[in-house]
Amino acid sequence: MKTNDFSSSSSPSDRRIGALLRHLTAGTDADRVSSVFASPTSGGAGGSVFAHLVQAPEDAILGVTIAYNKDPSPIKLNLGVGAYRTEEGKPLVLNVVRKAEQQLINDRSRIKEYLPIVGLVEFNKLSAKLILGADSPAIRENRVTTVECLSGTGSLRVGGEFLARHYHQKTIYIPQPTWGNHPKIFTLAGLSVKTYRYYDPSTRGLNFQGLLEDLGAAPQGSIVLLHACAHNPTGVDPTLEQWEQIRKLMRSKGLMPFFDSAYQGFASGSLDTDAKPIRMFVADGGELLVAQSYAKNMGLYGERVGALSIVCKAADVAGRVESQLKLVIRPMYSNPPIHGASIVAVILRDRNLFNEWTLELKAMADRIISMRKQLFEALRARGTPGDWTHIIKQIGMFTFTGLNPAQVSYMTKEYHIYMTSDGRISMAGLSSKTVPHLADAIHAVVTKAL
Amino acid sequence: MDSVFSNVDRAPEDPILGVTVAYNNDPSPAKLNLGVGAYRTEEGKPLVLDVVRRAEQQLVNDPSRVKEYIPIAGLADFNKLSAKLILGADSPAIQESRVATIQCLSGTGSLRVGAEFLKKHYHQCVIFIPKPTWGNHPKVFNLAGLSVEYYRYYDPATRGLDFQGLLEDLGAAPSGAIVLLHACAHNPTGVDPTSEQWAKIRQLIRSKSLLPFFDSAYQGFASGSLDTDAHSVRTFVADGGECLIAQSYAKNMGLYGERVGALSIVCKSADVASKVESQVKLVVRPMYSSPPIHGASIVATILKSSDMYNDWTIELKGMADRIISMRQQLFEALQAKGTPGDWSHIIKQIGMFTFTGLNKEQVAFMTKEYHIYMTSDGRISMAGLSTKTVPHLVDAIHAAVTRVV
Repeated sequence: MKTNDFSSSSSPSDRRIGALLRHLTAGTDADRVSSVFASPTSGGAGGSVFAHLVQAPEDAILGVTIAYNKDPSPIKLNLGVGAYRTEEGKPLVLNVVRKAEQQLINDRSRIKEYLPIVGLVEFNKLSAKLILGADSPAIRENRVTTVECLSGTGSLRVGGEFLARHYHQKTIYIPQPTWGNHPKIFTLAGLSVKTYRYYDPSTRGLNFQGLLEDLGAAPQGSIVLLHACAHNPTGVDPTLEQWEQIRKLMRSKGLMPFFDSAYQGFASGSLDTDAKPIRMFVADGGELLVAQSYAKNMGLYGERVGALSIVCKAADVAGRVESQLKLVIRPMYSNPPIHGASIVAVILRDRNLFNEWTLELKAMADRIISMRKQLFEALRARGTPGDWTHIIKQIGMFTFTGLNPAQVSYMTKEYHIYMTSDGRISMAGLSSKTVPHLADAIHAVVTKAL
Repeated sequence: MDSVFSNVDRAPEDPILGVTVAYNNDPSPAKLNLGVGAYRTEEGKPLVLDVVRRAEQQLVNDPSRVKEYIPIAGLADFNKLSAKLILGADSPAIQESRVATIQCLSGTGSLRVGAEFLKKHYHQCVIFIPKPTWGNHPKVFNLAGLSVEYYRYYDPATRGLDFQGLLEDLGAAPSGAIVLLHACAHNPTGVDPTSEQWAKIRQLIRSKSLLPFFDSAYQGFASGSLDTDAHSVRTFVADGGECLIAQSYAKNMGLYGERVGALSIVCKSADVASKVESQVKLVVRPMYSSPPIHGASIVATILKSSDMYNDWTIELKGMADRIISMRQQLFEALQAKGTPGDWSHIIKQIGMFTFTGLNKEQVAFMTKEYHIYMTSDGRISMAGLSTKTVPHLVDAIHAAVTRVV
């Protein structure tokens, strides 16, 4: 057996073993040293090369559901993660999705070969039409490159990596607050992240002045993340007039818009209405990025279906941009998954299925809007102190209640109501039956001196 | 005003996928695609395994199934079953809960997530990869933030393993360096170490505390036996040491486009494995949040049913046997034609690919004159051959070898 005191090893655990050995064997003869070694067939003396790792905290948002699942209380309510629930509190697979899936599975000619790196081509074309409008000049002029990605997150990450590599400005401005995963995505993509003022806690609305000031002060060419509609977590959206001002300001400073569109059709019930801000930017002829998700509006959450579109000034540029997007995707996961995108393509290309989809989509949006009304009226009926109109003014899946972490904690502990600590509740998780319980909890926590 | 992307260069087509693009553009009826590594039947058609169709029917016809987000680490039973498949059901590492397994997007996704994890948490940022290797490997590791070095692997003179060179280069690697190992059916050469050579490689790696990162894309597909093809990985786990494994179901379950795979990290203790898993989730969440549900559900359905599992092993052996038969036929046809050179490597190499030994000019000649498409390194996909097309390939090789130097 070789003698080796490990002191020159680059492994910290090896060096510790070495120090221990020297301490133990000081003054003894070399033969005794060899018996202290671990068997030569074991994977190296010393502990794990990952021994220094710390347990990472559970993801804040997903951690809420984990805590909810552990709670044995029969009255518990999960208002954490943003996935739609029916009046009965159940997840929903859209009828039109089941139909499309059956069609696919029963087609014996279908195969499971690799998609192109850019994904399912028909899916890409249909997705661009959906977000930009079928009559979009950018599409007609072939100025849009669209690549299938893994839902919204994947589209943001691929777009972010592309910008970090090819765009002259490596800073992205994100609204304060924003979805918890946004800063991590862009940082890992290689961009540096700054924030712009967005939410005004005193009005529970938009801090428009602050937004204009912060974007006005951003360096020329900076990237700006914009929530296309139904801002997550606040539910506060600019009006169309405000959007127009934002657009003018951004174009005057050459700021690059990067839209996150996770709720098209899900917010107002209308696909066109929810796409309007994006289309305003495209209509001015300028460039932008759009990350599109089908998780919520088609209920395809776990299938991970989305698309990244980059609108360029010219078709030639779009072609070159697409070729470079492929160099981002190939070393990440080679090519995207076929199943979810195929479902979307089946629905979008068929007039009947498309129409059915818009009806189911509107029903989901309407139920959420109805929950907002019911919660607002329940709080009014209880005379809960404070102005709760933001509940019906905000839009989309989430309401930023304005409750603080201490109040949120209290509601979880005493009322078994689960939400993220920033006071964000998912309206999709409510039903007519559970609104009273929530209203009682809010009332209790607001009237208590916490 | 000009586009802010005007300076973006047109990137070249991916060399491997570009072969199929060129093939598709060719109008010749005699064309043959021996480029990308996807299985083809005797009729030259893609194959969806019977057992996969059954599993899929079962899933889609179950009205209680939902499409909710799956956990960041993927489907729990898929992960457990995948670890058992590659490590063996009786693996002490599994019994001792020392393995963290995370569902990822096929082999590529598993490699990228594993590499990003190592970049963040491992003390060595260099990975040694074999020369040659799959074209995408260096890009995956570079983008993950690792630096890439090569170890000698293929010996063109013997069309076999440069074992001496391999031992020297790994022997000279810095202590703790990461080493990429193809678990079986090396891509692109088809040249694998023998069991004895694997044992020596393992001893050398452990003596220098190098960290093995296995790429397992062909388990069961190479020899026809799931256990045989996992042998190299299992000997490393049996010595109690740590390693990473990227597992793909693209070829052995024919699930290519569904993007199903798993990253397993075998650790010294359960406590470490748990911390490792929590940290891998921090790599996944900002990349795509959570992996896709469909393909992993198909795999789990098959692996957990003993009937379906058995049916799968039979279909898998069917594919492996057909490829081995193509090797035999090609070798015998070249011998029968009297084509100059030693072509025994065709039957010695294993897996989907044969490294023919043809040079770039010969490859270009074969494409131009015989409409045969392969990557310019002379790699052919045996899965793309059939009894009917072997003669055409033989004619082309014979012409290339006798007319083009």
